[in-house]
Amino acid sequence: MEVTTKGMPYEAWKDNEYIEKLVQELRDNGTNVVVGSLDKLINWGRSNSIWPLTFATSCCGIEFVSLGAARYDMARFGWEVARASPRQADFMMVAGTIVHRMVPVFRRLYDQLAEPKYVIACGSCAISGGPFKKSYCVAMGIEDIVPVDVFVPGCPPRPEAMIYGIMQLSRKIKVEKFFGGVNRKKSQEEFLASHPIQETTHE
Amino acid sequence: MANTQEKIAKLFPQVTVSQGNAGIELTLADQSRWHDLASALRHELGFDFLVTIAGMDWKEEGLGCVYYMVASDRHECLSVKVTATGDREKPYIQSVFDLWDIATIFEREVYDYFGIIFVNNPDMRRLFLNIDWKGYPLRKDYDADPATNPISIESERQTDFTESWVEKDGKIVKEIKRIFQPDDFVINIGPQHPATHGVLRFRTALDGEIIKKIDVYLGYIHRGVEKICEEDTYPQTLHFMDRLDYFSGQIYHHGLCMLYEEAAGIQVNKRIEVIRVLMDELSRIASHCLFIGTYCMDLGATTMLFYALRVREQILDIFEKTCGARMTFNYACIGGVMQDLHPDFVHDVHALLDVLPGNIKEYNTLFTGNVIARDRMEGVGVLTREDAISWAVSGPNGRASGWACDVRKNFPYAVYDEVDFDEIILHEGDAMARFKARILEMEQSARIIAQLIDNIPEGDYLVKVPKMLKIPAGHWFKMVEGCRGTFGIYLESDGGTIPYRLKLAPPCLPAAAVVDHITEGEKIADLITIGGSMDYIVPDIDR
Ligand code: SF4
Repeated sequence: MEVTTKGMPYEAWKDNEYIEKLVQELRDNGTNVVVGSLDKLINWGRSNSIWPLTFATSCCGIEFVSLGAARYDMARFGWEVARASPRQADFMMVAGTIVHRMVPVFRRLYDQLAEPKYVIACGSCAISGGPFKKSYCVAMGIEDIVPVDVFVPGCPPRPEAMIYGIMQLSRKIKVEKFFGGVNRKKSQEEFLASHPIQETTHE
Repeated sequence: MANTQEKIAKLFPQVTVSQGNAGIELTLADQSRWHDLASALRHELGFDFLVTIAGMDWKEEGLGCVYYMVASDRHECLSVKVTATGDREKPYIQSVFDLWDIATIFEREVYDYFGIIFVNNPDMRRLFLNIDWKGYPLRKDYDADPATNPISIESERQTDFTESWVEKDGKIVKEIKRIFQPDDFVINIGPQHPATHGVLRFRTALDGEIIKKIDVYLGYIHRGVEKICEEDTYPQTLHFMDRLDYFSGQIYHHGLCMLYEEAAGIQVNKRIEVIRVLMDELSRIASHCLFIGTYCMDLGATTMLFYALRVREQILDIFEKTCGARMTFNYACIGGVMQDLHPDFVHDVHALLDVLPGNIKEYNTLFTGNVIARDRMEGVGVLTREDAISWAVSGPNGRASGWACDVRKNFPYAVYDEVDFDEIILHEGDAMARFKARILEMEQSARIIAQLIDNIPEGDYLVKVPKMLKIPAGHWFKMVEGCRGTFGIYLESDGGTIPYRLKLAPPCLPAAAVVDHITEGEKIADLITIGGSMDYIVPDIDR
């Protein structure tokens, strides 16, 4: 079963083994990997109009601005509707360093995103702390804070790399019914259960 | 200069006077005379521009600060080294917040990093770190174990109170003060807001729709660069310059390289200087283009972004061919530049110079003369010349208020004294003037490039430098003109291969701090216009 997105031949992807392996695993575990035509239609629509939340903390964010401008033109793919409110966005492109003070804010924004929601960790800072690995106040990767769907390496990643990353996400969304649907939701819930926010009251 | 020296020696005989690389250096062992000395420097000797306060930890010799200041009318630089009184538990120095407005913020920064208390400063809160942060990170004995200050996803504790330390009966005691009054209506703007240009937060007290007070809340992108630099070798510290104000990356690199070269006694040739200046000016044009685009977008004119980024992309292509990157170039290095210019460089730059005047004209037709734009920007957020100096708002913002603060003119470096260009000075001091100043500066940058591009001297692009660079013990200070103003760097070395202390004085911190002052009494709807026109870059503020 070939999973791809519009205008991208299946062979052009660099990591098809990974997606095939996932599908295979799910099949082996007895998940029904059949998609109905209604699902297809919905997923087609969803994967071609994923809207990002404007969330840029530093350098990587500027490349994201370039991505929105005429040259790289993400409007071609239906991602151009960058929303300022998390309630209206589908995914979060975490472009930039996340530091100590930003962590609770970032987590709250994630919690405010409407389901289904996705996160792309964009740039080495968001992946692992990047150049600031030795810092006393930078979060070493956002994976400990929210579940991440796609990683885009680079410092900053080129706009082309960002396009590839978001296309990966839209391909994942396309097959979500098979291996996402139940499974994805479950892993997300598990993650959130293991990273709870304690209710505290401040005087 | 001798004049200044004599005057100080007469007024303050107990002060040690010496000559440093940037100007006269004063050393004051007893901080109890500091306020008097500062007052004389400020009022009688005319040192009205406080560039930075570099907190210092000299281990056994105690904690203290190095103040760098400039006399804006005669371009003289001076530094004062003040040692704090008291043990490491509670060191203190007299505050100078009443002499320079910007000192309030600078002193808060030193307090945050070193725990030095500034007596009488009305607002002694931490600046970048959480209220409950344990320890002072830039002290040499700071415990960097992440377990001391674990990352938490719980919201940070907030408070409406601040502390102030005053002297009472020979003792330093704490007083609690309010930031906002109990009946103030406070709304929160940021840190996640599309028009604050990054993760900056304004706590805004309103009276109807009039702004009463803004508490600028920083630290949402504080990455601790200055501390990391103390663990890296000299060449390794360079790449952080690309990540502060990422539009001035080339310029900041240039500044830090010049500082290291001066300290290590490395001479670079003319070709290197010209290449660096060309890169600086190209990035200045690119930076101002992005400013125009994003600022107009803040004001609702989204299309301008596409027009402005067209030129920026063209410049990025030029950079990419030579430096191999679109943003974090890491191009200038100690002793030269990383690689030689690309064969297409001269041709590409000419192509850029050909299209630039047409583009600038287009921006002006589309936006600058537009009735709506003029209504929204003229007379809004006025900053007077005196306030600009006192708040240390340099760069195009300061020049839009009539302050001639261009480092390229006042303290020329590289080949800036050999090229012809005008310093853009406007006098209105409003948002419109700040916008126009940048457009006019693009033309001047193009002028500089046009003079140099056909006369790039022959030579090596990298001179010989030792493999393991050591810098002799001592201290140095250097200023360069970033895209947003004066960028100062203070280096203290103990003779090793890593800096003992590297203090970065960014231009954007004053630009953000002054927002409180210039928005007072303005309408809330103008906050975005004013903030946007200051063009601060948040990672540059927070470092
Ligand atoms: S990954 Fe690099 S470019 Fe991106 S935010 Fe971090 S330092 Fe900046």
